[in-house]
Amino acid sequence: METILAQILTGLSIASILLLVALGLAIIYGTTGVINLAHGEFVMIGAYTAWALQTYVGAGLIESLVVIFFVVALFGWIIEKTVIRHLYRRPLDTILATWGIGVMAQQAIRLAVGGELRYVQMPSAMSSSVSILGIEISAFRLFILALSAAIFGFTWYLMYRTSFGMKLRAITQDREVASCFGIKSKRIYSLTFAYGAGLAGLAGALVSPLKSVSPEMGTTYVVDAFMVVVLGGVESLIGTVASSVILGELTGFLAFYSNDTLAKVLVFLAIVVLIRFRPQGLFAAKIRS
Amino acid sequence: MKLGRRKFIKGTVAAGAVTAAGFPHIWIKDSSLAYAAGGEIKVGVLFSLTGTTAIVEESLNKATVLAIEEINAAGGINGMQIKAIVEDPASDPATFAEKARKLVLGDRCVSVFGSYTSASRKAVLPVFEKRKNLYFYPTLYEGRECSKNVIYTGAVPNQQQDEFVPWLIEKFGKRWSLIGSNYIYPKEENNYCKKLLTQYGAEVIREEYVPLGHSEFSSVINKFRSEKPDVIFSTVVGDSVVALHRQYRAGGLDPEKMPMASLTTSENEVAAMGGDAAAGHFTSAPYFMVYDSPENHKFVEAYRSRWGGDKVTHFVSEPSYFQVHLFKQAVEKLSAGDISPKTIREAIKGEEMIAPQGKVRIEPENLHSYLWPKIGQCQSDGQFKMLKTTSEWLAPEPYKAYPNQTCTESGLKES
Repeated sequence: METILAQILTGLSIASILLLVALGLAIIYGTTGVINLAHGEFVMIGAYTAWALQTYVGAGLIESLVVIFFVVALFGWIIEKTVIRHLYRRPLDTILATWGIGVMAQQAIRLAVGGELRYVQMPSAMSSSVSILGIEISAFRLFILALSAAIFGFTWYLMYRTSFGMKLRAITQDREVASCFGIKSKRIYSLTFAYGAGLAGLAGALVSPLKSVSPEMGTTYVVDAFMVVVLGGVESLIGTVASSVILGELTGFLAFYSNDTLAKVLVFLAIVVLIRFRPQGLFAAKIRS
Repeated sequence: MKLGRRKFIKGTVAAGAVTAAGFPHIWIKDSSLAYAAGGEIKVGVLFSLTGTTAIVEESLNKATVLAIEEINAAGGINGMQIKAIVEDPASDPATFAEKARKLVLGDRCVSVFGSYTSASRKAVLPVFEKRKNLYFYPTLYEGRECSKNVIYTGAVPNQQQDEFVPWLIEKFGKRWSLIGSNYIYPKEENNYCKKLLTQYGAEVIREEYVPLGHSEFSSVINKFRSEKPDVIFSTVVGDSVVALHRQYRAGGLDPEKMPMASLTTSENEVAAMGGDAAAGHFTSAPYFMVYDSPENHKFVEAYRSRWGGDKVTHFVSEPSYFQVHLFKQAVEKLSAGDISPKTIREAIKGEEMIAPQGKVRIEPENLHSYLWPKIGQCQSDGQFKMLKTTSEWLAPEPYKAYPNQTCTESGLKES
């Protein structure tokens, strides 16, 4: 019983990291329709910003989070203003362009700070484990879990309870008609892109104490993020959470009862089978097309 | 300029006549003076400077270049300078093969120093075997190879494990958990480890492999927590090492009760994960940066003054360094006209030198090296504390896990 509980908690912890990484992608993809292959590099830049703040400024991870969010959001905003906005009607070109941006970001980081693996110090208050209902779990993982729930709550509020969110949803449904009603779709798009990038940056900063920081680290995250978005269905926040939890628990349990190699294969297989029969994902939002 | 056919033929014949008169030996087949032409000896340096394994291979390139510079500064080999031709194979086995071909055929290098991963070594092997050239490979690896065209200066499984495994059993216990990355090296190491464990009456409670580059170890940590092995034997490589150690630490596991014993965690990996995450775990290797010997002090000092005071030396960069000096000793014994990959191979058999790790020797039969295995425990400052050094050097036995096979001078023998 205890091992099962521990494993459920582990699954949630994996899910929270998946959610953090995928949320930004889901928002960008869901509203603008841009398949952002540079998303992994936003995660990577977030991790490097955390590392730089720690190494050169001496700031701890928790204090840096807000700064990191704005740094990466600014980066995303610039990318949107200079490249993406010219390509909104050419989805295939955005794939190529964002992929190129990703490669450039990797090499830029490599040239600027070198290719060595880096790490970010864990906040000392959370560097050990805590016991919940007799189960030992890393305090830092719990923190990530709580924070990703909070970030999701905030994002949901932003989308469904603010006028920004209402405009955003209006554009998603029909850009032309929304523009006729006086909504500045260009501005909303840039802000959305920046917000999604900022979330990815936060994800990178939060995983950096648990995993290694390297210029190539984004590649694995972008795959995970797409997996979550494809399974959950685009344009659906609830779908993103649900699919993160499903994938997290599935990976956790399969890895526990077999091994990580097999878990990875089976999870991919399950997704392939699922999108064969339900290409729109589990929770597709109903929109007029 | 327009070159007519007749003029071209005339020119070629004239040039041929001059060459034939001036250098008669080029007409002799397999003439080897070309290898030491113009008072310099050309060697290739083939370590990735870009791509995924560049992080480690860059340090191997630096150690090799340092050794070449040292030899040249001290007057070269019998008055001839070594000319290093550096290529970047970009962490890609296919590019390794292509660059190896270029170094061997295009540049006519007499030997090449290179490779970190087994995959890249396997990729260049056909080039060196077909062209009868010589490859110097500095990395510890899984053994089970018997090429006449490779000099292996890293450890094979018996050299890292023969002392390590019984020492760990005695100190911590007999319930072992084996974890590795999912490819040939960890599987062969674990294969040998399991043989030793059976021999000492210990048991394997889990053997598990994670995908290369894997970074989510929470389920693995849960297994450790519920099964409580006495020793976690780790052959996880690359950035996974960092993730595993950091998550082990975050999960609150205790290295004093359940230490990780690794064959792959060097000063390099420790620098990438931070001393606090690595502290308390054990590594077995022939070389540690803190090893106290005049040769090692000299090596570390030279390395740091050449490449930067914050750089670390480790158990792959040290062989990268000493194998160049061994190459020099072998070539020194040959006259300039005699230098060829084949004569160097014959000359290096049984060659000895005092390396930073101690006195090493090339085993004449299998071309691997006699080395000095050591056991170190990582400290929070990122260096190792040396706990044990073998009383004598250990012979390389690349086929020890396969008793019916032996690597001999004439090739692999099966009984």
